[in-house]
Amino acid sequence: MAPVRLIVERVSHGYGALEVLDDISLTVEEGEILAIIGPSGCGKSTLLGILGGLLKPSKGRVLTDGSAPEGSLNPITYIFQDFALLPWRSVAGNVAFALEHRRLGAREREARIDEVLAKIGLRDFASALPRQLSGGMRQRVGIARALAVRPAILLLDEPLSALDAQTREILIEEFLALWLAHRTTAVYVTHNLDEALRLADRVCVLSRRPGRIREMVAVDVGRQDRTPARLAPLRERLWRSIQDEARAADREYV
Amino acid sequence: MSEPLRFRGGGFVTRPKPISSCLAGLAVVAIWQAVASAGWVSPVFLPSPAGIARALAEMALSGQLWRHLAASLQRILLGFALGSAAGLAFGLALGLLSHARAAGLPIVSALFPIPKIALLPLFILWFGIGEPSKVATIALGVFFPMAIATYSGVDQVPRTLIRMAQSFDVPTHAVVAKVILPGALPGILSGVRISASIALILVVAAEMIGAEFGVGAFILTAGNLMRTEDLLAGVCLLSILGLAVGFLVSLAERRLLAWR
Repeated sequence: MAPVRLIVERVSHGYGALEVLDDISLTVEEGEILAIIGPSGCGKSTLLGILGGLLKPSKGRVLTDGSAPEGSLNPITYIFQDFALLPWRSVAGNVAFALEHRRLGAREREARIDEVLAKIGLRDFASALPRQLSGGMRQRVGIARALAVRPAILLLDEPLSALDAQTREILIEEFLALWLAHRTTAVYVTHNLDEALRLADRVCVLSRRPGRIREMVAVDVGRQDRTPARLAPLRERLWRSIQDEARAADREYV
Repeated sequence: MSEPLRFRGGGFVTRPKPISSCLAGLAVVAIWQAVASAGWVSPVFLPSPAGIARALAEMALSGQLWRHLAASLQRILLGFALGSAAGLAFGLALGLLSHARAAGLPIVSALFPIPKIALLPLFILWFGIGEPSKVATIALGVFFPMAIATYSGVDQVPRTLIRMAQSFDVPTHAVVAKVILPGALPGILSGVRISASIALILVVAAEMIGAEFGVGAFILTAGNLMRTEDLLAGVCLLSILGLAVGFLVSLAERRLLAWR
């Protein structure tokens, strides 16, 4: 499998007079998880939209480098904060949705659906509707749908923000285990420092609007050693970097 | 000193009480029948429920009922089919295309409040007194609420579902067919409910202006002949028709919107 790099060159974006992102340049290296954190309204989600081709930046460009893994149907794939499941489709139907408009035989489609549902522990829920599932299970469907297309780059938009703390903990573990098996290049947007430090190779800190890169912090602790105690100094440093901005952002009109 | 906590919750919740529902209905009919039987009111002004039931039975046996009902249903079905198909297509365009919305929405908003029965004389001039003018009135009456319900249904589809579909490179026609239409279905079905009752109003009004057969024509004739029992039998028929339509829409909602 050949992971892919994602290169962001001098990207700026605005909505009319409102500047949201200002001159962002960064490279997401092959097979790394880059976390992007910043206060609310700093343009994190806008940046992620640009990275996946859902938004056109006002300035700058985004490049990919490398070839997608074999059988990849959708090289750049999102996992959404609100899960973005079709409520009228079953779990299997939601995964199928990502595969329906591809050159893929019915049998292979079924095989892929079955494979990812088994991998995520959703096989017994294949015919359940989203409303019958807990938030954690719904996001597992979102993850299964993303894995089914065998992405080269995963873009995660605050994937655990809508979940309660315990579920979030469980899903971090599961996501990490899945990621270690595939090592897919990933961009993980979050406002949760602990999530960023548990998962990422590097953490990119964005400033308040208009979002600029304030800092790029490498998480130099092996993934198996990331206990709260080991991460404490880094957490302290990141919090110091963002707390003034977070306080100011909190007191802004939105 | 301890004392039991005072309960202050409860109330403000209604529960189904089927016995009360039945009793209320029976009571209304019983009082009505008693007033009529006592002879306090002339049967020409207020016939008894039993008399109305008899009139209905006679209509059914003589075949009159079916003839009038068939004429009305045919107009409703045809007008509703034409108007709702056009309204659906137009509403979809209003919801999806900026130019269609900019051009069409002010026009729809301006024409929507016109009571469509006011246009029947114009349609009679255009299409003659026969079926086409009645069907056109119903179709037009159905068109506007369907267009508006579809348009707002499309507007209510969560943007994130559309973005999700785009992020998986789902082609535009499939986004419309598999995301936007099913997502707009709750709005569309409530449009169906509203426009079905509008169709019922319009068919009666149109039949009163000029028709040989149809429930509206039957009621008007009965009134002209002071046959109040027949008149109210026709009204009962309309009530049953309205209830049946509502029941069908509810059935469709239960089947098609089970995912909610």
